Amino acid sequence: MTDLAETSGAAAVAQGPAPAIELRGISKAFGPVQANRDISLKVAKGTIHGIIGENGAGKSTLMSILYGFYKADAGEILINGHPTEIPDSQAAIAAGIGMVFQHFKLVENFSVLENVVLGAEEGRLLKPSLAKARKLLTQLAQEYEMNVDPDALIEEIGVGMQQRVEILKALYRRADILILDEPTGVLTPAEADHLFRILRGLRDEGKTIVLITHKLREIMEVTDTVSVMRRGEMGATLTTSETNPEQLAELMVGRKVLLRVDKAPATPGKTILKVADLRVVDEDKVERLRGISFEVRAGEILGIAGVAGNGQSELLEVLGGMIPATGRVELNGTALELTGRACNGRNRRARGIAHVPEDRQREGLIMDFAAWENVAFGYQNDPAYASGWLMDNAGLRRDTEGKMKRFDVRPPNPALAAKNFSGGNQQKIVLAREIERNPDLLLVGQPTRGVDIGAIEFIHQRIVELRDAGKAILLVSVELDEILGLSDRIAVMFDGRIMGERLPNETTEAELGLLMAGVSDGKGAT
Amino acid sequence: MDVMPKWADVILVPVISLLLAMAISALVILLIGEDPVAALKMMVQGALGSSYGWGYTLYYATNFIFTGLAVAVAYHASMFNIGGEGQATLGGLGVAIVCLAVPWPHWALALPAAMIGGALFGAAWAAIPAWLQARRGSHIVITTIMFNFIGAALLNYVLVNVMRPEGSMDPATANFPPATHLPTLHELLAPIGINFSKSAPANVSFLIALVACVAVWLLLWRTRFGFEIRAFGRSESGAVYAGISPFKIIMGAMLISGALAGLMAINNVMGEAERLVMNSVEGAGFIGIAVALMGRSHPLGVLIAAILFGFLYQGGAELALWTSIPRDLIVVIQGLVILFTGALDNMVRMPIERVFLALRRRRTEG
Repeated sequence: MTDLAETSGAAAVAQGPAPAIELRGISKAFGPVQANRDISLKVAKGTIHGIIGENGAGKSTLMSILYGFYKADAGEILINGHPTEIPDSQAAIAAGIGMVFQHFKLVENFSVLENVVLGAEEGRLLKPSLAKARKLLTQLAQEYEMNVDPDALIEEIGVGMQQRVEILKALYRRADILILDEPTGVLTPAEADHLFRILRGLRDEGKTIVLITHKLREIMEVTDTVSVMRRGEMGATLTTSETNPEQLAELMVGRKVLLRVDKAPATPGKTILKVADLRVVDEDKVERLRGISFEVRAGEILGIAGVAGNGQSELLEVLGGMIPATGRVELNGTALELTGRACNGRNRRARGIAHVPEDRQREGLIMDFAAWENVAFGYQNDPAYASGWLMDNAGLRRDTEGKMKRFDVRPPNPALAAKNFSGGNQQKIVLAREIERNPDLLLVGQPTRGVDIGAIEFIHQRIVELRDAGKAILLVSVELDEILGLSDRIAVMFDGRIMGERLPNETTEAELGLLMAGVSDGKGAT
Repeated sequence: MDVMPKWADVILVPVISLLLAMAISALVILLIGEDPVAALKMMVQGALGSSYGWGYTLYYATNFIFTGLAVAVAYHASMFNIGGEGQATLGGLGVAIVCLAVPWPHWALALPAAMIGGALFGAAWAAIPAWLQARRGSHIVITTIMFNFIGAALLNYVLVNVMRPEGSMDPATANFPPATHLPTLHELLAPIGINFSKSAPANVSFLIALVACVAVWLLLWRTRFGFEIRAFGRSESGAVYAGISPFKIIMGAMLISGALAGLMAINNVMGEAERLVMNSVEGAGFIGIAVALMGRSHPLGVLIAAILFGFLYQGGAELALWTSIPRDLIVVIQGLVILFTGALDNMVRMPIERVFLALRRRRTEG
């Protein structure tokens, strides 16, 4: 594999003028974890270069070194052929590097213009800077199809727009090299396409773009060359047109991976969950769910698609008993408590609802607790885990050992704290706990977020197995691939409503993308 | 993997902090022209060199165990209860009422009742800040510290206007009846042939404090409620997911915390003074914070730290009595220990962590 990497990599980047970015032998360790090990990389000027790798492969660390957030333990950075020290982000900006973070760093109640100028003001007075920025902004907007209203407040524009502001910020600082970290996580497919058009335009103007992502599709679609990182090391660098998703996946994981979910057609039975006119108003009096109705039947997976923040989280939280709501929810024909003291996770569990929450680190697990304590988490009042009025810690440890074996949790050590497992193994602990309760209804939020590809396959299989055992599954995911691959039926949410329901084999990403963007077609939910 | 092995976390870091505090204390003593080695010798001799010294050290330690455990339990629910002083003050009131109101035939009957009285009053005093936190979101640190002052003022009023015996000029209750006298360590150890100092105040409460350590350990690491307290303390959003009621945990943990602080009164009020006087707690509520910090909020750690602070108290008193080192300097030394073991924990921890990291890296690479 390395032979291939060197030859095709050489063909792509080594000839011609000095590369825009050259890294030589970069290493960085955080405590015992070697996040980057002897990384060398060349990115040619005027190309879009993808860096792909699983979570924890060291992509973000590498880019943070390049942007001056971390100092490398060893190695050298060359920008346009010149050795460059980048001790902080100021130096990175001076070297012509701009960074668009996964989580935007914008001031919400400032205007677009003010955000662009922020930190790059010239002189004592603000006005000349703003005027200059306005001129530049209009110019850039025309060049790159980046229409933004300079006077709009950040809090009033959508995430796609906010991302453009981040790019404009970098360009205003005369960035020639643009690094984007997982830029499409918050975008609809259409917005992502637009972003890619912008990136191509920037490349054609001679800018160099580094795109960090874990989505194979994006790499194939927009990059010229791609490097695969694995376990802190830079593996192959390939020319995108000469590779394919299967090869990249194999390079990322180190073995052959099944990218599609293998499952038989669903055989839905009786209705397990019936939701009618569900509404949630949050603390700021904003309506997060605006009258949601749907059903999930035994033996089927209903996938809820949508861009993050359109009410999916609240839907899971209501069904999991974490927040109050109005409306009517029936499980096996009996109403669930939606308000008051009986509306809590403990009662939901007693009713046969298991919940794999969206955020395993803040909700699904107590990170400082040992694995066996986390197996009891949520079920600590289960008589099976008690001996007299104390908890049966020894029994719990044994139970955890079994679960770890059955769910292939590594290392299979019940005494290890949750924070010491990798993302995928953490998720397996949560999944083992919830699935082995044999629930009537399983709520799953972002089951594979931050989970390595190898574990994704395993997690998907377990969810399908539970479906085949005749259980109802409600799946919420922002990964459209996951929704399409796993669901038997798809409902798309936008702004607290269900925009429509589709069958996965009768719809397209484009159609779902429109629904995710709030474009309804009248074929509403049943 | 954790950065440091556990023994380094629980033993090495506090010991080094302590040594640093001692070093600076020695420097201060040198600066005022005294001999630090002689001073240390005198402290050790005074606090641990005789059964009299031990009797005082353990008496102080008993107070600190109760208040330290109180802080520790609340801390596991991520509540910073700095109202131990007020809760122990009110606990004293509860103990005094129990001891004076009923003609107890024997201390063995009076003690459990006094424990209930002290615990109830302490818990009640913690309940109001807890409720304000759980229902209104008023910060527990602010409310508990305010309740210290209210508690002191309340006791002042009760002693002067309600419980002061007629004709007495002293703002204190009457002496408790002799039947409520708790056996001192002298009385307890005499039957088994150990001649413990007669005049030291350490009493049966020390044994109760040891039981309390075990009970708190059982509560936190063996019961469901303890599991829920610890889970809530580490992640409130996680607790909500798991169906753990934040209200129940905040109230429960704070009531237990207040009860533990209130229990202290069986030692200082019932065991030592045998009447309730003003300011009977003498800052033990605040020392409890340092004890819990240094003891890593673990009952065993609290026990060890409490004995250390008992030693500092008694040794410091000896020092003030026999040398020209002023009483204020003893407070400075105690302050230094609190500063280093509590507040400056990270100052010691970080370098030690780095050492362990370097060691590990060498091992994995070499």
